[in-house]
Amino acid sequence: MTASATLSSQPRPLGSGISDRLSKKASRHVKERIIEGLLFSAAAFSVFVTIAIVYVLVKESWVFFETVPLSDFLFDTQWTPLFDDAHYGIMVLLSGTLTSSAVALLVAIPLGTIIAIYLSEFAGFKVREIAKPFLELLGGVPTIVYGYFALTFLTPILQKIYPDLPGFNLLSAGLVMGIMIIPYVASLSEDAMRAVPMALREGSYAMGATRLQTALWVVTPAATSGIASAYILGISRAVGETMILAVAAGMQPNLTFNPTEPGATITSYIVQVALGDLPHGSIGYQTIFAAGLTLLLMTLAFNLLGYWLRKRFREVY
Amino acid sequence: MLKPADLAAIRAIITRAKRWDLFFSLLGILSLMVGVLTFTVLFVDMAIQGVPRLSMDFFTSFPSRRAEHAGILSAWVGTVLVMLVTALSAVPLGVAAGVYLEEYAPKNWITDIIEINISNLAGIPSIVYGLLALGLFVYYFGFGQSVLSAGLTLALLILPVIIVATREAIRAIPQSIHEGSYACGATTWQTVSDHILPYSSAGILTGVIIGMARAIGETAPIITIGALTFIAFLPTAPFSGDPPAGLFDWIFAPFTVMPIQMFNWTSRPEAAFSINAAAAGFVLVFMTLAMNGLAIYVRYRLRKNIKW
Amino acid sequence: MQIQTGLEAGVEGALLKADVRDLDFYYGAFHALKRVSMPIYDHRVTALIGPSGCGKSTLLRCFNRMHDLYPGNRYAGGGIVLYPDDTNLLAPGVDPIEVRMRISMVFQKPNPFPKSIYENVAYSLRVRGMSNKNELDDRVESALKGAALWNEVSNRLKELGANLSGGQQQRLCIARALASDPEIILFDEPTSALDPIATASIEELITELKEKVTILIVTHNMQQAARISDFTGYMYLGEMVEFGVTDQIFIKPQKKATEDYITGRFG
Repeated sequence: MTASATLSSQPRPLGSGISDRLSKKASRHVKERIIEGLLFSAAAFSVFVTIAIVYVLVKESWVFFETVPLSDFLFDTQWTPLFDDAHYGIMVLLSGTLTSSAVALLVAIPLGTIIAIYLSEFAGFKVREIAKPFLELLGGVPTIVYGYFALTFLTPILQKIYPDLPGFNLLSAGLVMGIMIIPYVASLSEDAMRAVPMALREGSYAMGATRLQTALWVVTPAATSGIASAYILGISRAVGETMILAVAAGMQPNLTFNPTEPGATITSYIVQVALGDLPHGSIGYQTIFAAGLTLLLMTLAFNLLGYWLRKRFREVY
Repeated sequence: MLKPADLAAIRAIITRAKRWDLFFSLLGILSLMVGVLTFTVLFVDMAIQGVPRLSMDFFTSFPSRRAEHAGILSAWVGTVLVMLVTALSAVPLGVAAGVYLEEYAPKNWITDIIEINISNLAGIPSIVYGLLALGLFVYYFGFGQSVLSAGLTLALLILPVIIVATREAIRAIPQSIHEGSYACGATTWQTVSDHILPYSSAGILTGVIIGMARAIGETAPIITIGALTFIAFLPTAPFSGDPPAGLFDWIFAPFTVMPIQMFNWTSRPEAAFSINAAAAGFVLVFMTLAMNGLAIYVRYRLRKNIKW
Repeated sequence: MQIQTGLEAGVEGALLKADVRDLDFYYGAFHALKRVSMPIYDHRVTALIGPSGCGKSTLLRCFNRMHDLYPGNRYAGGGIVLYPDDTNLLAPGVDPIEVRMRISMVFQKPNPFPKSIYENVAYSLRVRGMSNKNELDDRVESALKGAALWNEVSNRLKELGANLSGGQQQRLCIARALASDPEIILFDEPTSALDPIATASIEELITELKEKVTILIVTHNMQQAARISDFTGYMYLGEMVEFGVTDQIFIKPQKKATEDYITGRFG
C-alpha cells in the first residue's frame, strides 16, 4: 500500500468517538480531583496532629494554671505535687533535664563530630559503607535497653571509680544517652560535609593542604549550618529522652546540677505519674500536661532555631 | 629560584602536618570504636544474662510474681497487635501525604506550612505524643487504655518517618519517567499509580521498616497512655469466647508490649527479675536489629538493582 | 614521536623548568594519556589546546597530582621531571602535598573558600604553618597586588570572597595561588566561566605573571592560546600531536591534524 492510498481514503467519521472521549475525560477529571483531595487531606492531617498536640497540652495546662500561679511554677524551688504540702517548681525537673542533657551532649557532640569528619574526609569507601549502617543500628536500639545497660552495667563500673556514686544517678544515664545520640549527630553532620562541593576541596588540596587542614579549615566551615542543625537535633533528642532517665537516674525530684546525684527530669516525671493510678482531672494528672507543655516549648524553640539556622546560613557554593 | 634549603623546609612542614593527620585518623577510628564497643558490650552483656533464660516457656508464659515462672506471652502478642494497628494506619496515611507533597502540592504557603510542620513533628519528643494520646484517644475519643490507642499513638509518632522516606524514594525517580508517562497522556494519578508507586516501593518499604523498628522499641508514649504493666491474659481472639467476640474486639482490649514488660522487670529490685529483663531486652534488640538489618538489605538491593 | 615545531628559535635563552616524558595515565581502564612528552620552559606561558576529552586537563592535573584524590586513577609509566632538582613528580616516593606546595593551581570555575578575602589568600601560607601577622599581611598584600586585585579590595579584606564578582573571584584564586610563591601555576580553562571583559583582564594578568612564575594553561579557546602563550601543545585522543612555539603552531603547523583543528575544520 502506498502513502497516497492512505491519504485518499475516506476521512474517519466524527461524532460518537469524540463525544465519547470527552465524557470519559470529564469523569476522569472528577476522579482525579477526588484522589487529589484525599491525598491532600493525608498531608494536611499532619497539621491537625500539631494542632491537636498544642490544643490538648494547653487545655489541660490551663486548668493547672488556674490552681497554681505561673510565678510558683517558674520560681518555686521544690517539686512535690503529690504531697499534702504541694509545691510546683518546674525548675527542679528542668535542672535534671539540663544536667543529664549536658552530660549527654559532652559525649555526643565531640564524638559525633569527629566521626562525621572521619567518615566524610578520611575514611575510604568501604569503611563508610560499613560504618554508616552500623551507626543506624546503634541509633535504632530501643532506649529502654540503653536504660537497662546504664543501670546494670555502667553504673556498677562507675561505682568502682567513685564509690560514693548512688545506684541511680544522672551521670550514668547521661553518658549512655550521649552514646545513643552520637548516630544522629554524626550522620547529619556527615551529610552536611558531603554536600560541600568537591571544587572547594580541590582548591584546598591544590594549595598543598593536608586532609585535616582541608577538613577543619574548608569543609567544616562550609558545612556550618548543617552541622549546627545536627547539634540542635542532638539537643532536642537529649531533652526529650525518657526511658534511659526513668530507669537509670531515679525519679526523685532533686534541684541539682551535680550529675553524680539522682534526679527526675521532665520526661521521667511524666512516666512516674503515668505509672501510678492518677484519676483523670486530678491536679497530679494535670501536672504532667504542664510539664509536657514546658518540654514542647523547649523542643519547639530548638526546632525553630534549627530552621532559622538553615535558612539564614544556607550554604551558597 | 628554588634552593635546596626551601625544599627541606617544605618537607619539615609536611612531616609535621601529616603527624596531625595521622593523629586525627586514630582519633576518628577510636571514636567509631566507642560506638562499636558500647554496642558490643551491651549486646553481649545482655546475651550472657538473658539467653539462658530463653526457653519455650518464656515465650508461652504470662508474667508472674515468681520470676522463674514469668514469661513474655502477653508482651509479644501485645506488640504484634499494636504494630498491626500502627502499620495499617500510618502506612496509607504517610505514603499518601508523601505522594501529595511530591506529585501534587502547588508551591504556595499551605504547602510550606505542611512541610515545616512535618519536620517539626519529627522533632517532638515521643512522650509528648503520649500526652496527646492520653488526652485525645484515651479520654476524648474514649478508646481507653487499649491496643487501638497505643497503635494510633505510635502511628502518629512514625508518620513523619514514613512521609520523609516516601518523598525521598519518589525524588530518586528521574524526571524523565514522569515526562514519559505524561507524554503518553496519563493523568497525575495514573502516573502515580502506574509508575511512581511501583518504582519507589522498595524505598518506601525501607522507610516503613525503619519506622516500625522504632515503634517497636518505643516505651514512653505507651506508658503515658497508661498501659498496664502486669497483664496475665490475652485479648480475646475474633469469634472465640462466650458470647463470641467480634472481628475487631481485640483492638479495645487492655494490653502490654515488650518494652513495657522489660521496664517493669528492670524496675524490680530482685536479681531474678533483672535476668528476665535481660532476656526480654535481648528479644527486643534482636527484633529491632532484624528489622533494621532488613531495611539496610532492601536499600542495598535497591541501589544495586535499579538502573535508570 | 611527536613533531616539535620551531623549537630551535623559540627556546633561545629559556631554561627547562619541567619535562613530561612518555607519560601514560589511566582512569580505571580508560587510557587517558598515551606516551605524552612535552617540555615546560621557565618563565614562559605554555598552552595546551585540543577538543574536549583530548586529555589536556588530565595532563594538567598530573602536574600537581590532583588525580591522587580519587581512587582508580593510575600513573602507568613515564614521568614529569621538575628542574632544577631533577625530581620526578609522579614517583611513588614523592609526597603529593610537596608537589602541590611547589606547583599551584587555578581552576575552571572560581572556587574561593567560604572565608574572608584576606583568609582566602592567606590560606596557602597558613597551610605552610605561617602565623606571624605582619608577615601574613605583607604576603597577602603583595599577592593581591600581583593578581591586580589589591586596589579593588584593599578596604574590604574582611568581606567574604564569595561577594566579589566572577572575574574578581578568579583573580582572588590567582592571588591565593601566588601567595606561597610557587614555581609553576597551572590554569585549567581559567576564563571559561567569565565574561569577555573579565577574560581580558585575566589574560593580561597571565602575561604579566610570567615575570614571576612559570605558567601552564589549558584553554578551549585557540585565540586565547595564540594571544598569551609562548609555547603551545595540541592534544588529541590522549596524545600530544604537536608541540612548538606558539607563533609557529598557529602560522605553520607541521601536521595536517593540527592545521585542521586550528583552522576550524575540525573540533
